[in-house]
Amino acid sequence: MARREALKNLRLEFLLYRERAIISGILVAITFLVLLTRLYDLQITNHAHYQTRSQENHVRIVPVAPTRGLIFDRNGVLLADNTPNYQLVITPGQVKDMTRLLVDLQELVDIEEHELERFYKTIKRKQSFQKTPIKFNLSDEEVARFAVNQYKFGGVEIEANSTRSYPLKNFTAHALGYVGRINEKEQLEVDRQNYNGTTHIGKLGIEKYYEDLLHGKVGYQHEEINAQGRKQRELNKNPPVPGVDIQLSLVAELQEVALNALGEESGAVVAMDPNNGEILVFVSNPNYDPNDFVNGIGQKAYSELRDSETRPLFNRALIGQYPPGSTIKPIVALAGLQYDVTCPTKTMYAGPYFQLPGKSRRYRDWKKGGHGLVNMDSAIAQSCDVYFYDLGNRLGIDRMHEFLGKFGLGNLTQLDTVGEARGILPSPEWKKRARGEVWFPGETVITSIGQGYMLATPLQLALMTAKIAKRGSTFQPRFVRATRVPGELSFTEIEPSPLPTVPLRDDDYWDVIHQSMINVVHAPNGTARKIGLDAQYKIAGKTGTAQVFGIGQDEEYDAEKIAKKLRDHALFVAYAPAENPSIAIAVVVENGGSGSSTAAPVARTVLDAYLLKDNIVASH
Amino acid sequence: MPVTKASLYEHPLRVIYHFLKIDTPLFAALLVLSLAGLVVLYSASGGDMDAVHRQMIRLSLGFLGLLALAQISSDQLRSWSVWLYALGVLLLLAVMFFGDTGKGAQRWLDVGLLRFQPSELMKIWLPMMMAWYYAKHPLPPSLKDIFVGFAIIAVPAALIIKQPDLGTAILVIGAGLFVIFLAGIRFRVLAVFAGLVMAAAPALWFYLRDYQRGRILTLLNPERDPLGAGYHIIQSKIAIGSGGLYGRGWLNGTQSQLDFIPERSTDFIFSVISEEFGFFGTSLLIVAYMFIVVRGLVISARAQSCYARLLGGAISLSFFSYVFVNIGMVTGLLPVVGVPLPLISYGGTSMVTLLTMFGILMSIQSHRKLLGH
Repeated sequence: MARREALKNLRLEFLLYRERAIISGILVAITFLVLLTRLYDLQITNHAHYQTRSQENHVRIVPVAPTRGLIFDRNGVLLADNTPNYQLVITPGQVKDMTRLLVDLQELVDIEEHELERFYKTIKRKQSFQKTPIKFNLSDEEVARFAVNQYKFGGVEIEANSTRSYPLKNFTAHALGYVGRINEKEQLEVDRQNYNGTTHIGKLGIEKYYEDLLHGKVGYQHEEINAQGRKQRELNKNPPVPGVDIQLSLVAELQEVALNALGEESGAVVAMDPNNGEILVFVSNPNYDPNDFVNGIGQKAYSELRDSETRPLFNRALIGQYPPGSTIKPIVALAGLQYDVTCPTKTMYAGPYFQLPGKSRRYRDWKKGGHGLVNMDSAIAQSCDVYFYDLGNRLGIDRMHEFLGKFGLGNLTQLDTVGEARGILPSPEWKKRARGEVWFPGETVITSIGQGYMLATPLQLALMTAKIAKRGSTFQPRFVRATRVPGELSFTEIEPSPLPTVPLRDDDYWDVIHQSMINVVHAPNGTARKIGLDAQYKIAGKTGTAQVFGIGQDEEYDAEKIAKKLRDHALFVAYAPAENPSIAIAVVVENGGSGSSTAAPVARTVLDAYLLKDNIVASH
Repeated sequence: MPVTKASLYEHPLRVIYHFLKIDTPLFAALLVLSLAGLVVLYSASGGDMDAVHRQMIRLSLGFLGLLALAQISSDQLRSWSVWLYALGVLLLLAVMFFGDTGKGAQRWLDVGLLRFQPSELMKIWLPMMMAWYYAKHPLPPSLKDIFVGFAIIAVPAALIIKQPDLGTAILVIGAGLFVIFLAGIRFRVLAVFAGLVMAAAPALWFYLRDYQRGRILTLLNPERDPLGAGYHIIQSKIAIGSGGLYGRGWLNGTQSQLDFIPERSTDFIFSVISEEFGFFGTSLLIVAYMFIVVRGLVISARAQSCYARLLGGAISLSFFSYVFVNIGMVTGLLPVVGVPLPLISYGGTSMVTLLTMFGILMSIQSHRKLLGH
């Protein structure tokens, strides 16, 4: 030890160490300078960049969907409501293994194939931190079951929100339409910003037509979030503006009455107030529960509805097009007066058929032996075909076309809903355009009794009847009679807008037609006399029968022999009370046979409910 | 400078310092830094007063250790060096066979009341052994002595790498190499070894574990896996950068308070300081660290024995290396290795060992013999 110590040069080692310590100190200083430079670079030079990234990190802007406007009937009955609903939402960015998570989740909550499909589709077009619903309408039991196990499912939450519901279910289906999940196509069409938090959109009917009004304006919530994306606290808030509430002119109770009156029959009832154009009844049978569509109907349930022979999804009132049959006869009679082709007192002998001069084809009357001696009044009351074959022939197709057009046939009614059918009011020009064929005189003959090419929707027939009832001047038909802007207590009514009137040479012609239509119901030989027998008010109406199945020249129409679906459609139009009409109605019963037997009683039931029941209409 | 006479006329506080055998500037710097660390910890732990209390207890233990070590002369320590080194290696072996596993690595040893990491202790026991060895031999060291030094380093280093704890291993190896450097290894020799390491670096790549390679790749390009391996470093840089010049204020860092910074009260506490106190705060902190390192080097250079010099210098440079590795890591200059920020990060063993290390420096300063220099 001592020997080795002796070998050490203490002074030299001391100096050597001092040199090394100084070098170390310099290296340490240089290294610290490097760190400071790095910090300067991060904190001063690139401060703005990191500032922004920090902001993006912890502030999340969450759109807050506005509350959809409510829909009421005219008496304040709620037709479309927003009800609380629990849904299961997933934030994909917080899920490591989505497939496994979903498998585990299915043990707690019943998730159907189509819901999975929709979920996967939706997350593709959303950012990973956005919540995406996987299951709507959780039952209380499912909510409880999930809540207990929530800790196992990072990124999955239960969210309470409101969903659209239609308390009257089937009774308002075809009038209201429904909302549904926004699909990819709609996503591209809507205002992206305003629909940022919105999941549903009007798909059909009033819900679609008034989408802009009902939707409201999106709000925003700035939320501070932590690294897991969990909300820490709410920062400033820009509340959404709820949608406008709308009040329909429909009477909820009448919807029920009308549908019940139709019973098992397929058909439609449309009624409106001729004094202001308000739609009072709008039903189509059979129908469906619109609530099933709100959060997506399953494939199986949907195909059942779609493929059903009775076509419950088909809105007969709006897009069902039927030959109007004899219901147009009063108008053809009016045309005869207007163009001075006939007069009310002129009588003619109506045999079992009509023939064009020099032609052999027989145009049969519905009554086997013919009506005998008839004038305008009895021809309408008994619905004599031969009288009108003759009258129509003398009027000619052009004048008939022009005059019938004034009552809205062949034109859209512009009702405030979507998808309305136009019907067909034929003319030689129309035939040339649509079919590339010339018009035959025989076609004029059958047009005069509303057969042939002519088609009309129940809605068009109701409007036509309203026009007759109000001596040619009625109002634009409409569902919505008043709106209520959020924050206001009462509804503001919308002024009815008048339609162009039908001017007649002599205003007394209206009285002639009106009396004939009263006779249809109240005269002993009127075609609809059965419904007039015990009526407590006067009804003016007209029956109609629309041919579905063309029968041969010499064959007899025998309802018994013909399959139900080939039987004639039964039609009935009416207004009441006849002296001071407050309702105009059109009823179509598909394959119902004659108008008098099936359609007229339905109309009577609805008229009774409207006119006789106290307080059925608050403003009535 | 007869100490008895001088002390009679000196300020009473100085007398106390002298009695306690501490170096006033170094002690003051350590105290200020650890107290500042408590303030930062309160914020970094999300206002968890319990964590602050536990840290205060550790700090007290650490300072007690510091004072205790300050009373022991370096000659005494020198005589223990070999035994402590041998004990350290035995403990590391024990860890290998009986250690607790935490976060996938076997680092902890549970001895009744105490649960500690022997690798932490090796941070000080290895340089003691190295200083003991080189103090016995003429300096600058011969090639043979250098290789012996390497061997002394290699044994514990290998055991620590095996745990695996690459971070601590690097610091332990660093502590040993600092001794060799301070012992006066010739620059030519140093250059040759440095060249050899450079040449061997690519081969080393194959010995790294997958996650270790990943960390290096992530360092080069953190955005390569922003939600996985790169997440720590990206979030840390955002925190640091968003601090700006003066920071967002204590308790107000969104990155820190909203959990964006992982390990924010331990390894990544520097990010919290940066976000809440800005460049102003970080520069101040670095200046404080610089002061401590330089003060340590000055103390070691003034030491009278070769052992004390080498050990004191190694302690100062080790401390520097902890600071550098940690700040380099959180600022994205170095790969992510689990190294705490000295005196500030929340954590037990490292805090206590660190302060006892400074106790040795104090002792070196206060046990200088009166004669000569």
